[in-house]
Amino acid sequence: MIELTAKQLADAIGRGDVSAAEAFDAYRERAAADDLNAYLWVAEERPEAGAGPLNGVPLAVKDLFCTEGVPSQSGSRILEGYRPPYTATVVRRLAEAGAPLLGKTNQDEFAMGSSNENSGFGPVRNPWDRERVPGGSSGGSAAAVAAGSAPWALGTDTGGSIRQPAALCGIVGLKPTYGTVSRYGMIAFASSLDQAGPLTRDVTDAALLYAHMVGRDPCDSTSLEHPEAIALPSSERLDGLRIGVPRDALAHEGVEPGVLAAFEATLARAEELGAAVVDIALPHADHALSAYYVIAPAEASSNLARFDGVRYGLRRDADEGLLAMYTHTRHDGFGPEVKRRILIGTYALSSGYYDAYYGRAQQVRTRIAEDFRAAFRECDLVATPTSPTVAFKLGERVDDPLAMYLGDLFTIPFSLAGLPAISIPCGLSEGLPVGFQLGGPAFSENRILDAAYALEQAIGFTPLEVGG
Amino acid sequence: MSTAYEPVIGLEIHVQLKTRTKMFCGCELSFGDPPNVHTCPVCLGLPGALPAVNARAIHYGLMIGLALGSELAPRSVFHRKNYFYPDLPKGYQISQYDLPLCRGGRLGDVRIHRVHLEEDAAKLVHVGESGRIHGSDASIVDFNRGGTPLAEIVTEPDIRSAEQARDWLQLLRVTLRQLGVSDVNMEEGSLRCDANISIRPAGSDELGTKTELKNMNSFRFIEQGIKAEIERQEALLRAGEPVVQETLHFDPRTGRITSLRSKEEAHDYRYFPEPDLVPIDITDEMLEAARAEVPELPAERQERYRTQLGLNEDSAKLLADRVELAEYFESVLAVNGSEPQAVANWVTELAARLDEGDPAASKVEPGALAALVGLLSDKAITVGAARQVLDRLVAEGGDPKAIVEAEGLGAIGGGEELAGLVAEAIAANADAAEKIKAGNMKAIGPIIGHVMKATKGRADGGEVTRLVREQLGL
Ligand SMILES: [Zn+2]
Repeated sequence: MIELTAKQLADAIGRGDVSAAEAFDAYRERAAADDLNAYLWVAEERPEAGAGPLNGVPLAVKDLFCTEGVPSQSGSRILEGYRPPYTATVVRRLAEAGAPLLGKTNQDEFAMGSSNENSGFGPVRNPWDRERVPGGSSGGSAAAVAAGSAPWALGTDTGGSIRQPAALCGIVGLKPTYGTVSRYGMIAFASSLDQAGPLTRDVTDAALLYAHMVGRDPCDSTSLEHPEAIALPSSERLDGLRIGVPRDALAHEGVEPGVLAAFEATLARAEELGAAVVDIALPHADHALSAYYVIAPAEASSNLARFDGVRYGLRRDADEGLLAMYTHTRHDGFGPEVKRRILIGTYALSSGYYDAYYGRAQQVRTRIAEDFRAAFRECDLVATPTSPTVAFKLGERVDDPLAMYLGDLFTIPFSLAGLPAISIPCGLSEGLPVGFQLGGPAFSENRILDAAYALEQAIGFTPLEVGG
Repeated sequence: MSTAYEPVIGLEIHVQLKTRTKMFCGCELSFGDPPNVHTCPVCLGLPGALPAVNARAIHYGLMIGLALGSELAPRSVFHRKNYFYPDLPKGYQISQYDLPLCRGGRLGDVRIHRVHLEEDAAKLVHVGESGRIHGSDASIVDFNRGGTPLAEIVTEPDIRSAEQARDWLQLLRVTLRQLGVSDVNMEEGSLRCDANISIRPAGSDELGTKTELKNMNSFRFIEQGIKAEIERQEALLRAGEPVVQETLHFDPRTGRITSLRSKEEAHDYRYFPEPDLVPIDITDEMLEAARAEVPELPAERQERYRTQLGLNEDSAKLLADRVELAEYFESVLAVNGSEPQAVANWVTELAARLDEGDPAASKVEPGALAALVGLLSDKAITVGAARQVLDRLVAEGGDPKAIVEAEGLGAIGGGEELAGLVAEAIAANADAAEKIKAGNMKAIGPIIGHVMKATKGRADGGEVTRLVREQLGL
């Protein structure tokens, strides 16, 4: 049963080959036995599930989604043991659609990180190589799906937090168009960038899960109705599809040769399937990383102000009064990366610096969106490697935040422009998975999923052995 | 000779809007309920919760802008104002910054700078004897109020005295009350006022250093506080000391002004556009809906009563400030339109008998009051008798003419009967008559009193005086 994809499992349950209870128990056992530190909480028993079309296929959910009565800590000690009184819209929708909550997965603290080493509850290990990181920030979700302790999982992507760990763990991760999935109940990192999406074993599962996530939510003013119904992909050809490649951006010195090789081989396959590969330019992509590391911390510095010890989570009482209570609570509760970003963000919004940093970064963001609009006159989808490198060793980059930030080089431009992008496994380098990123215009998820599916069939990537 | 100083005052007023639910969530507004019962993930600032704008609050904001003659923004845009305080659960207040909903405008003699929408903070309760933060044992938070929609109205520095500030604020209050957008109750905190105060040598165009006087919670305290601050600044300048820019607190019990924080301690609020909300276009439909709900407001009404109906200043203001009186006044005028001032006076008389009640809900029909005024102008009754009739109308309702007849309250005119009574009165008050003849008209009192007693007040005082003079050969 464990070797089945989520779609196959849903079908098997539908046919009566296996019961939803059996499926849940099997995964519950595997999740409880997880030794990658992928889970921060695992369900004791099967929750009441909706009778929806997902037939009871259990779902692992990133810690930062609020789940009523269940720890929701966003990977932070400041929220240790926090059990919210309500459930995030998307988790509720999926439960109603028949995907009950299996467990809460580890993540970088407040989704800030690309290696999962910033979790307040210890790093997650990559099931391909336990000495290596699974990527981040949705590292627990990616590792759980890759290791077969969950059929599929929910993650969130702010600058690459679904796509990069999906790439490093050899699975599929979709970051949808900003606004198509409600953010209500997602513990915020950067509001204008955060977006929930699926981490799955294959493209079909990503389409199936996403199809049940979309829709406007009156509780999230930035959410909107997807103009298209999300369909399961079936096409095995790419005839007529124009795939744009930003050659200048790929020339970055940090891109590993093995990653480039797998990427180029995948482009060649795309051509074999009938696609045309064209060169495009994203002239402002060079500035994307710097703009992102102003905008995201700026919003985070404000979003994380609510963790003040007054109402929930950690509180360090101090005899010296209110200010001391605030500073002790936040000093003890937040990890170093979170503090670094709060400081950067606070500085970027300060009076006298706002225009030079936040204002400027927003201009870059507009330019990048314009770059994509121009590019999509030349091509239908844009392809890059998802991550410039394969999974790196635990501890390798912890003292070098800039090297860590470079991991998001190719994912961030899509995030800043609010555009959808998927990462699919496209081969191995040094025995580790390489991710192939395909992005498109707003609301082009169907086109992206179709193309990714065709490539997936052609690539025939062999996932980790998870059966048994 | 010492310099004369001129105060320059601007007001910042926070008005709680009377929407059914809070600014960004579905919790009901309340006052006086047990603490923390009107709360939800949004107004408690729980992790993951997101705001959604209350359309009614925008509607009320537009009505205020229309009433003040402001320029209305094409889009409603919110910003985050970041600071830490336990009454601010998110660590930021959702407010409006460089794109307020309304810009400019005027009310009475004061120009409006801007009006913007924001959410109210929660209420801190300080446990301990003083009830104030200093010396309290603990502070606890009631989030019922947190997230209540607020309109912040900022004036230009057009006010020149504490009295003017108080009067203008009262005009603003009746205006907002008649708009129906707020309870504007200072004790309950639905109307709160801060004042920016500076002084300068009279005749100067330059502005002095201003101080901000916080949260004065009654009209009396506003007047007292501003007065005290003007005096404090004058004393400083006369002593050759500078006024320091700071935020101040006025304690009405002691009359003392104390510093809350200096300019150096001022917050950097790190405003930035609220990424959880999308800008809302102000459509023509929204504007029309708001316009349709803006009634004639006190300032306009007062002006119309003065210029078109010829009412005196006091009557015009009294009626315009209380919309229920104005509406009753106009329904009486619809029956008897010939004497607006007299009708206004009798509506005032009626109002005095009804406490704060609405005359339309009383037993006095507008037609009855119109008839009463008619009887008076026909000299069919005296003012004293009219007051008695009004008492009866208030108690039982009915027709004034019937009451006058039934009670024999008709005026005793210039006939033989009154002349006889006057003669009797003169005879009974010979001393007084002598004094009057000697030129002391003030001595007429006992004679008039005698006649009034005999007629139970139905005699016309003017007519009695005329007859006394006639009979004494004056
Ligand atoms: Zn609420």
